[in-house]
Amino acid sequence: MHTNNPIYFDHASSTPVHPDIIKGLTELTTAHYANSESLHQAGLDIQTMMRKSREAIAVMLKVKSDDLYFTSGATESNNLLIKGIAFAYQNKGKHLITTRVEHSSVLDSFQDLESFFGFEVTYLNVDQEGRVRLEELETALRPDTTLVSIMAVNNEVGTIMPIEACAQIIRSKSQAVFHVDCVQALTKIEFNYDLVDCASFSAHKINGVKGSGLLYKKDRVLYHPLITGGQQEKGIRPGTPNAVHHILMAKTIRLAFEQATAKHAQVLEIKHYLLDAFKSMESIVVNSPLHGCSDYILNISCLKVPSQIMLNWLSSHQIYVSAMATCLNRDVRPSHVLEAMGIDGGRLNGVIRISIGYVNNLEDAKRLLEVMEEGIKKYGRI
Amino acid sequence: MVEFKAERVLTRFGELSNKGKNRKLFVKQLIANLKAQLSAYPEVKYKNHFDRIMVELNGAPEDKVIDLMRHVFGIRSISPVVLCDADMDTITQVCLHLMQKEEACTFKVMTNRKDKHLPYSSDALNRSVATAILLNTEHKVDVHKPELKIKIDVDMEKAAISTRVVEGAGGFPIGVGGKALLLLSGGIDSPVAAYHIMRRGVEVECIHFAAPPYTTIQALDKVKQLAEILTAYQAKLKLHIVPFTDIQMEIYKQAGPDYGVILMRRSMMRIAEVIAENNKCLALVTGENLGQVASQTLQSMHAIEADVDMLMLRPLLSLEKNEIIDQAKKIGTYETSILPYEDCCTIFKVSNPVTKPKLKIVRLEEAKCDLQDKEEIALANIETFVFPSIEENYL
Repeated sequence: MHTNNPIYFDHASSTPVHPDIIKGLTELTTAHYANSESLHQAGLDIQTMMRKSREAIAVMLKVKSDDLYFTSGATESNNLLIKGIAFAYQNKGKHLITTRVEHSSVLDSFQDLESFFGFEVTYLNVDQEGRVRLEELETALRPDTTLVSIMAVNNEVGTIMPIEACAQIIRSKSQAVFHVDCVQALTKIEFNYDLVDCASFSAHKINGVKGSGLLYKKDRVLYHPLITGGQQEKGIRPGTPNAVHHILMAKTIRLAFEQATAKHAQVLEIKHYLLDAFKSMESIVVNSPLHGCSDYILNISCLKVPSQIMLNWLSSHQIYVSAMATCLNRDVRPSHVLEAMGIDGGRLNGVIRISIGYVNNLEDAKRLLEVMEEGIKKYGRI
Repeated sequence: MVEFKAERVLTRFGELSNKGKNRKLFVKQLIANLKAQLSAYPEVKYKNHFDRIMVELNGAPEDKVIDLMRHVFGIRSISPVVLCDADMDTITQVCLHLMQKEEACTFKVMTNRKDKHLPYSSDALNRSVATAILLNTEHKVDVHKPELKIKIDVDMEKAAISTRVVEGAGGFPIGVGGKALLLLSGGIDSPVAAYHIMRRGVEVECIHFAAPPYTTIQALDKVKQLAEILTAYQAKLKLHIVPFTDIQMEIYKQAGPDYGVILMRRSMMRIAEVIAENNKCLALVTGENLGQVASQTLQSMHAIEADVDMLMLRPLLSLEKNEIIDQAKKIGTYETSILPYEDCCTIFKVSNPVTKPKLKIVRLEEAKCDLQDKEEIALANIETFVFPSIEENYL
C-alpha cells in the first residue's frame, strides 16, 4: 500500500504541535501582548495566567510551584542549571560528575566548565545497554563533588537510567546536587521529581511549541545566575518572559499526560511490531535495550546500509527518522552514545533511530518496514 | 510487585458523632460538602453507616481524593481501605505490602471475622500477618499501645484492610451553623479567622474594601487569591468588593486624622451589616486581635461595634501573633498574605492614631462627615465574585 502522506517517526527530535496548543497560541498572542511585569491590569492578567500555569504544572509533577521556572527550552535549562550550580558551589569543590551518554547540551556544558573554568569532570561509562553502573557512580563521588547530572531517558537509544538508585547513592555518599535531564521522560515514564534536586524539560518534545522549556530547582539548591538583567523568574532567567509559551506549558503537559494514557497501547503495539520484525531481519541489529527502555524510542543498526543513505532513502519516500541524535546530525562523528555502549564497526555506521508519537499507527510501521527492506535490497552491501 | 490500591476510604466523624437528634442533618451536610469538594470525581459514591461514611472510590485516585478530604470539616480521620480475597495468604501479602510503605513503627493486627465459618481463626490470621511483617520489615509488635493498627474485616468473600490513618480537619460540616460575613483584608489574620469560623460549621462569605486608585490591582488580586485558597475548605466562596475610596477621602477631609481609622472601621461595619442582611449572614467576622494595632484596643473595638446591630465574632481575639502566623502557614494562606501590596487600611495611615477613643467624640467626629450617600453609592456598586473561579480554558 502506498500513501502520499508523510510518515513521521522522529518524535524524539520534535513533535507535531497539538491543535489545542495552536489554538491557544493564536488566541493568547492576539489578546495578551502586554509585558507580564507591567503593573497595570493587562500585565497582571498575564502574570495571573503564568502563575496558574505554574501551579497547574506543579500539581501534575507533584512538586512545589515555587521550584519551577520557565525557560526557552531544555538546552537553556541544562546550561543554566549545570553551570549556575557549579559556579554557586565552586568554593566547596570543583569536581563534577556526568555520564558519557548525555545530550550535547549537558555534555558541552560540562566540557565548557572543564576547559575554561578549571572544573574537574568525571564522565561515567555505561554498560552495553547504555545504563550507568551504580558502583562506578559510588566510586566517582568525592567530598568535593558538588554536582551530578544523569539523564532520565537516553534520547538516542531510549535506555531508562536507574535514577532512584542513583539519587540514593548520591544522597547517602555525598553532598552533591543531583540534576536530571528529563526531556524524554516527561509524561512518558513514571518519575518521582522529589527524588532529584533539579531537572530540565522541553515543550516541543511533547507536542508543545519550540522555544519553550521548564527548569525545576529545589529552593535549597544554590544558584549563580548566568543571565543578568532583571528579576523575572526570580532572577534565574531574567528577560521579558515569553508569557504565551509559559502559559501554554501547563496545557501542553496536561495534554501529553492524557495522550500518554489514551494512546499508550497504540504506541506499544507499534514498537512491538517493529521490534519483532527487526529481530527477524538478519541485516538489522536492535541497539535499544529490550527491558528498561522508553516505549517511544527504538534504535537499530542496519549492517548493510550506512545510516545517512538509509535516512535519505526513507526521506525520499517521505518517511522521517533520525540517523543519530539530530543535534549532531551535521557532524561526521559517530554517535557518542552507541560508542559508549561499546558498539563499533558497521553497526555504528548504520544507526537509525525510530521514535514513535501519537500520530503514528500500525500502517505507518508496516510502510516503514516495506521501504527499509526495499532500501536494503537496493543499496545493501553484500 | 502488584500494587494494592485502596477502593474505599473510611471516614470517621469529628464532634458531630455526639450531637443527638441533629446528627442526621449533620451527616447529610457532610456528604453534600464532600460531594462539592470532590466534584472533579463524579464516580465517587458515599455510603452512610451509623458512625462513619464509606467513600467508594470507583477508580478515582486515592491520593488526590484523600488530599481533598483532609480539608473537609466534620471529619476526624480517614483511612484508605484495600479490598482483597479472603484467603489467609492473600491477606497476609496485602498487609505486608501496605506495611512496607510505612516508616518503622510498632503495630498490632486486629482481625474481625464477620463470618465465623471462615477456615481460620482470627488469632491464626493475626499471627500470619504479624509474622510476615516481623520477618520482612523493621516494624515491631506492641499489642498494648501500638502506633499503627492493622484492621482486617473479613467475611467469606472479601477482606477489607486498613492501616493508614490520616488526620481529618475536625470541627463541624460547613453549613450546619448558618452563614457569616467575614471582612477579608488581604493581611495574615483575616483568612485565619475565616478558617476558624468555617471549622465551627459556619459558612463564610467575604467582603473586601478597595480604595482604587490608592490601592493597587495587585492588592485586589491578592485578596482574590486568598479567597481561592480558602475554597480548599469551603467548596464555594463568595467575595464582595466594595469601592471605598470616596468614603475614605470624606473621612480624612472632614474628621480629625486621629479618628480616621476608627471612623473608617465604623463605616465598613455599617456597609458590611447591610450586605450581611441581604445575604442571610447571621454575624460579622473580623481577624481583629486584642492589642495588636491601634484600632484593636478594647476601647477601639467598643467604639467600632457600638452602633452595629449584629453579632460580631473575633475568633483570633486572644491569639499571639506567632500563633496566627503558624496557623496561616498551616492553612496555606501565609505566602499570599505577605505579598507586599498595601490594602485600604494601610494606605491612609496616620502617625498618631488615637488608641483610647471616647465613643462620644467618635460620634461627634463622624457627624462632621457626609457618609450616608457615599455608603449607599458604595453599596450600589459592589462587585461580587464567586470562587473557585471557573476553570480557565488556557490550562
